[in-house]
Amino acid sequence: MNQDSKRGLTLIAPPLAYALALLAGPMLAIVLFSFWTQDYLTINRTLSLKNYAEALSDPFYRAIMGRSLVVSGSVTVITVLLAFPVAYYVSFRVRPDRKSLWLFLITIPFWTSYLLRIFLWKVMLGYNGVVNSALTGLGLRDEPLTWLLYNANSVVLTLSHAFAPFAILPIFVALEKIDRSLLEASRDLGENAFTTFFRVTLPLAAPGVVAALLIVFIPTVGDYVTPAQVGGPNGMMIANVIQAQFRDLNNAPLGAALSVVAMLIVTVIALGTVWLARRLSRGT
Amino acid sequence: MLRTYVIAFLIFLYAPIALLPIFAFNSGSVIAFPLDGFTTDWFAQLGQQTELHAALLNSLFVGVLASILSVLLGLAAARANVRYRFPGKTAAMGLIMVPLVLPEIIVATSLLVVIVRFFDWPLSLWSLIAAHVLICTPFAIAILNASFQALDPALEEASIDLGETRLSTFRLVTLPLVMPGIVAALLISFTISLDEFIIAFFLTGSDVTLPVYIWSTLRFPKLLPVIMALGTIMVVISILILTLAEWNRRRGLRRVGAKDTGGFL
Repeated sequence: MNQDSKRGLTLIAPPLAYALALLAGPMLAIVLFSFWTQDYLTINRTLSLKNYAEALSDPFYRAIMGRSLVVSGSVTVITVLLAFPVAYYVSFRVRPDRKSLWLFLITIPFWTSYLLRIFLWKVMLGYNGVVNSALTGLGLRDEPLTWLLYNANSVVLTLSHAFAPFAILPIFVALEKIDRSLLEASRDLGENAFTTFFRVTLPLAAPGVVAALLIVFIPTVGDYVTPAQVGGPNGMMIANVIQAQFRDLNNAPLGAALSVVAMLIVTVIALGTVWLARRLSRGT
Repeated sequence: MLRTYVIAFLIFLYAPIALLPIFAFNSGSVIAFPLDGFTTDWFAQLGQQTELHAALLNSLFVGVLASILSVLLGLAAARANVRYRFPGKTAAMGLIMVPLVLPEIIVATSLLVVIVRFFDWPLSLWSLIAAHVLICTPFAIAILNASFQALDPALEEASIDLGETRLSTFRLVTLPLVMPGIVAALLISFTISLDEFIIAFFLTGSDVTLPVYIWSTLRFPKLLPVIMALGTIMVVISILILTLAEWNRRRGLRRVGAKDTGGFL
């Protein structure tokens, strides 16, 4: 082994050991734990598929898992669609020396208290909230709207808001990498602005769009705070159920099995998205 | 048209946060419209909340330790990543960066299972610090990668040619040049730790952090105006911290003569 490799390995050893001990180890532990069963107050350590049978067959868990995926999927699509024009504007229209200021403006809301931001959406959408006060104040409605808050839609709206910067940044990075002379070439060869966008810009920005899709989808599936705050009983998601199993219902192994199932589903969807994106980009 | 859309989007982005100061200075005790009058009482009441003070101290303790430890691990990983080639590099870096995309509930539950069920250890602020180091390290690495990439290796070679040892070169040449990146990474890691809720919710025992305390108050309408005042102060502080981090990052790029390519992430 040459000296370079040795030095590299010595340096990477501490962070790698840390990730193995606190990430890989606990992940294996939770998988093992999910095969144990809760026996009233004690844990039965014989391996069993009972938790998985319950997690996969109980209509309640199936409905919650399905809703988590639908909500996250909608959040992902909406967030990326809303984010793309913003990333495009910053990359193509803003003066180069102003770009980091714009990115700074976009990321600031993301760094302010997550809990309070979610809570403030309750203030926005609530019965006496901003939206209803505006509607009744302007005389557009006599009665405040009650369907704004405590359902899956309010979860989608709130999460789309919370994850907007996550979607803008990777798309912006991909757009920045596009060689501007390719766009000129396309125009010189007779394409108009519209076709240039769809045949040159968009395919070249695809890696950023895929990254944005994943970076929004994966954490939102497991979000706890937003469904708990603005979801109401019909907006509950998988993380709320997992948390309830660990804390109030005292069936931690079932909670672990639900975590593992959620993780597997998310991994399969993520890999599927990457595979599909690769196939599509090869096709064009 | 695109410009109008982007401005509308920014308004959407900032709308909820704009409500914080409005309700923090509103004398009505209910967080809803219409507004009553102007008051600074809620800010004054912040001084009397002893539970809040304890939670704030816990959060600062966790944030300071977690950010220092993550930046130390991040320095080693970013340096190895940018400077050296070694077997298993992609896999190792991949694993270390995983927490960046992992749902936090997974980190929280898996660590809870290990600590409580496998080892039967008591939960404390230390378990939370350990978890925060795990999730902050990838952010530190992302920032430090950029700093090391901007560093010209010829400067280090020159120092060694001029008789410095590898260690003194690192201390005298490398470290000062990446220092702005280190400061930015510290500030970002601190901000993430300070704001993190779900892992803290699972892993803190009786000592709660600020977000866990805020969570518990969200159910009690009486305390909400005080929390709005607290939130206003927190927003101002995090904008200051971020401005500092961004200013530092730019200074660092200028020092090594690199071109500015964008934000932190």
